[in-house]
Amino acid sequence: MNNPEKIPGQEPGGDITDQPLQLYAKREPVFNRRIDGPFRRLKWAIMAITLAVYYVTPWLRWDRGPFAPDQAVLVDLANRRFYMFGIEIWPHEFYFVAGLLIMAGIGLFLVTSAVGRAWCGYSCPQTVWTDLFQHVDRLVDGDRNARARLHKAPWGASKIARRLFKWAIYLAISVVTGGAWILYFADAPTLFRDFFTGDAPFVAYATVGVLTATTFVLGGFMREQVCIYMCPWPRIQTAMLDEKSLIVTYKDWRGEPRGSVKKAEKNPGAFGDCIDCNQCVAVCPTGIDIREGQQIGCITCALCIDACDRVMKETGRERGLIDYATLEDCETEKAGGTAPPILKTVLRPRTLIYAGVWGGIGLGLLFLLGVRTHTDLTVAQDRNPPYMLMSDGSVRNAYTLKLRNMEARPREMTVSLDGLPGAVMWSDDIPRSAAARELVRKVPADATATMRAYVVVPAGAADQDFSFVVRSGDEQGETDSSETRFVTPGGEQ
Amino acid sequence: MANKRPDGKRWDEATSTETVGHEWDGIEELNTPLPRWWLWTFYACIVFSIGYMIVYPAIPLLSKGTEGVWGWSSRGQLADEISAENERKAPVLAALSQVPIEQLAKDPERMRSAIAGGAAAFKVNCVQCHGAGAAGSPGYPNLNDDDWLWGGDLAAIEYTIVHGVRHPGDAQTRNSMMPAFGRDGLLSAAEIDDLTSFVLTLSGREKQSAASTRGAATFEAQCALCHGADGSGMRDFGGPNLADAIWLYGSSRAAVRSQIHDPSQGVMPAWGDRLDPVTIRMLSAYVHSLGGGEEFAEAALVEAADEQP
Repeated sequence: MNNPEKIPGQEPGGDITDQPLQLYAKREPVFNRRIDGPFRRLKWAIMAITLAVYYVTPWLRWDRGPFAPDQAVLVDLANRRFYMFGIEIWPHEFYFVAGLLIMAGIGLFLVTSAVGRAWCGYSCPQTVWTDLFQHVDRLVDGDRNARARLHKAPWGASKIARRLFKWAIYLAISVVTGGAWILYFADAPTLFRDFFTGDAPFVAYATVGVLTATTFVLGGFMREQVCIYMCPWPRIQTAMLDEKSLIVTYKDWRGEPRGSVKKAEKNPGAFGDCIDCNQCVAVCPTGIDIREGQQIGCITCALCIDACDRVMKETGRERGLIDYATLEDCETEKAGGTAPPILKTVLRPRTLIYAGVWGGIGLGLLFLLGVRTHTDLTVAQDRNPPYMLMSDGSVRNAYTLKLRNMEARPREMTVSLDGLPGAVMWSDDIPRSAAARELVRKVPADATATMRAYVVVPAGAADQDFSFVVRSGDEQGETDSSETRFVTPGGEQ
Repeated sequence: MANKRPDGKRWDEATSTETVGHEWDGIEELNTPLPRWWLWTFYACIVFSIGYMIVYPAIPLLSKGTEGVWGWSSRGQLADEISAENERKAPVLAALSQVPIEQLAKDPERMRSAIAGGAAAFKVNCVQCHGAGAAGSPGYPNLNDDDWLWGGDLAAIEYTIVHGVRHPGDAQTRNSMMPAFGRDGLLSAAEIDDLTSFVLTLSGREKQSAASTRGAATFEAQCALCHGADGSGMRDFGGPNLADAIWLYGSSRAAVRSQIHDPSQGVMPAWGDRLDPVTIRMLSAYVHSLGGGEEFAEAALVEAADEQP
């Protein structure tokens, strides 16, 4: 014994049989039972919609004329364009995308404060793909008990064969999942063909490889551990839920004490509604017991409501022992009152403010989308040299103009000077002999043209501000202007 | 404080954790193993690094390091990239070298590539004297303006770059030799003062005076041959324009007087034997594009058109 002091009640070298606490808990595999009911059907519908959107979208076509791709939704990283049906976003308009992301964030806040973790329960890709993989388990290995049996069974030829078969299906789903992703970033039919002929770029194969691996591992094996240990969103949500947020709750005042139907018949009045059939635990995709109360493992998919409602119906009891409810409703019901209608719970200042902010940003983006022009001008003044004395004593400044034509057709653009009396300009392809206050430049479809402008002002001028103005030569007549400065050897004067 | 379990392992009571069994003055080390994922990641890194050391250059030896079985090196990669880039540029450069310089500006796309190539070559070869913005400095001509000593069309610029200015050893170099009127005693100090006054009136820097009138006669006799009767310069001889706003060696009275007394005569190397013809052509296009480039005289264009089949 290294410590000479004696601690009362703890004799050194005494009989200690308790195992040391373990920080590492081994995962208990989840074999969730098949269940049918309104919420399960809602989940099917949402899974079908989300998967269909994911897989079908890249194949949709949208005619934009001969100068732009015809893919309805395309993130064209190589050419720095983002197409979404009739909308085309240029890099300098990225605030639209930022706005959408902010809306997505506030949308999550809104959904969470109104209906709790509905995102987690129904539409999170981790949930949808885990659900898909669990159906594969069921299809290959059978329902809950069969899967548990197979899990415990020693490794033999039949188990290996079953596992390999199941993992092959996992892998097929994963490859399709990863494969669909890249189709958003290039012309889908072309890339699809190139992918199989080996002509696709390396990054396409690498992306598919990475996404296949993550889908295979996260959906096939890690499953609820992603939600419980990896995902930050449940942690944030626990801070966002309040006593008025809808959660999936076991109404313990109604269910406890638990007792089987037989026991309840023998002792009327002694037991609650819960018959302790464990169906809610059996169907849970994250393997938790909702009767222990709110917990981070509960993604509120509501399958336990389906399971419990069915049991309640079979035993002739009222549905809703496990139900969507707010903590406030629970208190009311516990005290014998009636919970207010759900709409009233959902419509409260907090959700309305979120909805207002969300809608406000949305309307703002729509407004900006409506009024944005497809002609844009930026001007950079040459700094070295800042000005140039010409032989007749006049002063020249040089500028680099970027003319953006954001229409999917070539357009003529007229660049003119606003201000700067007496000045004329010429350009790299327009000689000094043709100098004028207005130059015309043809800009290719959906492109930016760089134009040099040499502006010359007669001798004796002072430094001054002026603007370049660009005007599209079509019937739209869009204009844009950019203010800049003309500097002279004399300075401000 | 540690206790001993029946199986002989020692463990710490306060934290319920095994100890590793080492003890220093009653202090023991808890046995808290690394998380498994961490450990496996660590092992994977070791495996990866072994593979890395085999396939890539890794171990330094006496004269050079191991080369790795893939044979990769950063120098080799750079060489590959350079040769790939040269290959990519080859057709553009070939086209540039074949087209007559009078026709160069006809194709805007070709002209743009020439200007881009010239800009890069300028940064390497020319900025030392002409400055990064090609704006020059006293004694080193500004290439942005419209004042050209030897001509500002593409062909004249190309000729100047190929043969240089006063480049010893090039028989065809641009050469103008202004006499040192003061130093060599060709003119008296008073005559030079008068001449300076006259020269400064040409560009309106000084008002006409008795001195400038006296200087006019000297100008007529000594300077008009190269600078022209009106002082507007003669490019054939490289005689600078004295009637404009641009002064290579400064426009102050002292600077002008010094140029008459003992002229500075700048030298530009002949680049014809240092750079390949395509680079020189691109440099010409770039200098021409800086804003002061001149168009060909009509005669030259007709001549060039006749040469075309």
